[in-house]
Amino acid sequence: MNIKEICSEINSLVRDQDKKSINIMEVCGTHTMEIARNGLKQLLPPEINLISGPGCPVCVTPVNEIDNIIEILKDYDVSIFSFGDMIKVPGSSSSLAYEKSIGKDVVICYSPLYALEFAENNPDKNVIFIAIGFETTAPLSSVIVKRASDKKLRNFFIYCTHKIIPPALEVLLKDKKVRIDGLLLPGHVSAIIGSNPYRFIAEDYKIPGVISGFDPAGILQAIKMILLQLQQEKPKIEIEYKSVVKEEGNTVAVNQIHEVFQIQDSMWRGLGSIPKSGLKLKPVFASFDAKLKFPIKKLNSREPKGCECGNVLKGIKKPDDCKLFAKSCTPDNPIGPCMVSSEGTCAAYYKFYRIKY
Amino acid sequence: MCLAIPAKVIKINKNIAEIESLGVVKEVDITLVPDAKIGDYVIVHAGFAIQIIDKKEASIAEGYWKEFLEET
Repeated sequence: MNIKEICSEINSLVRDQDKKSINIMEVCGTHTMEIARNGLKQLLPPEINLISGPGCPVCVTPVNEIDNIIEILKDYDVSIFSFGDMIKVPGSSSSLAYEKSIGKDVVICYSPLYALEFAENNPDKNVIFIAIGFETTAPLSSVIVKRASDKKLRNFFIYCTHKIIPPALEVLLKDKKVRIDGLLLPGHVSAIIGSNPYRFIAEDYKIPGVISGFDPAGILQAIKMILLQLQQEKPKIEIEYKSVVKEEGNTVAVNQIHEVFQIQDSMWRGLGSIPKSGLKLKPVFASFDAKLKFPIKKLNSREPKGCECGNVLKGIKKPDDCKLFAKSCTPDNPIGPCMVSSEGTCAAYYKFYRIKY
Repeated sequence: MCLAIPAKVIKINKNIAEIESLGVVKEVDITLVPDAKIGDYVIVHAGFAIQIIDKKEASIAEGYWKEFLEET
């Protein structure tokens, strides 16, 4: 089915119901970016309100994690390996990009495999990989930690900030200020965990959820599937991205996560502490935990003043409701993380919707 | 962060596969998809194949990626 046909079906589905607005949250930051880049909002009837959720790992990482990593860099002789998005995020008074510019050893890598390889080839250097991301990235960290353990590396560590998505969705669904009629569920998190961990969304909260792919037709099709569920009043979890997402997910990858990590409570920027939403290395792998190996003093971190990222991440505010947006906060000089990340909501708005301002 | 690219497996050596995507050949780790065979399409994320995809769907996605890369 082509885009025109899907849009026409979406239009008739919206016409057939009497709601003035239908709030659909796209959980994943990559969806946010694809919706913006392809102008999908403009193709949808005005009743459909697409709101961005907490699915950008860099955006939900609290400022004190950034401060702590910078403090480790200051206190110890270490090489920090990080995905590119993370290094520009401002901490309370510095960023990894700034530390790199003044000569600290910060390396941007595409894959955690490079960090491991570097540690192996440079036994005299202590290497820390910043393990960030949701279920898509966590199994990769598991593999490299297990490999470092098999190789008995003593100079390789991870600074773990991994988080898991379903508990954050539950917090949003419980929040009375957030009104969600349907959820566009993330494609590659679901490639790992499958569709079952989301069942509570339909069963307990009676809200439709559809796991979507990333091409424009796939995203629109998923929106149509949500509208059909709303019309039939039969909420369930469906998979639009069937080529990649299986109901059971990738069980090999899930087992890898459970082998290396245990679940713990975790702080999310904007959402606060969420029970059982984070990952921590199991005691048997504790010797690879950078937080234990490189202790630092407790820091007084502060969120950037005036920044609305927290409310943007919950879908309560749009980027242009923030006084800093496109004024003092821009992709070249970001204040909040949602402007830094290539999949942050503010970055998407800045790049693709600013024609309105 | 969760952007991933479809690619075709052309060679396998233990846990490392050579993959081809839009003419670019590179090596990825296939520890997370032990069932991957030569000729399969996989989704690649940060140096690892994270799932096997069916060929018909992969060709649709590849067309989309070509368009994406031409634009950017």
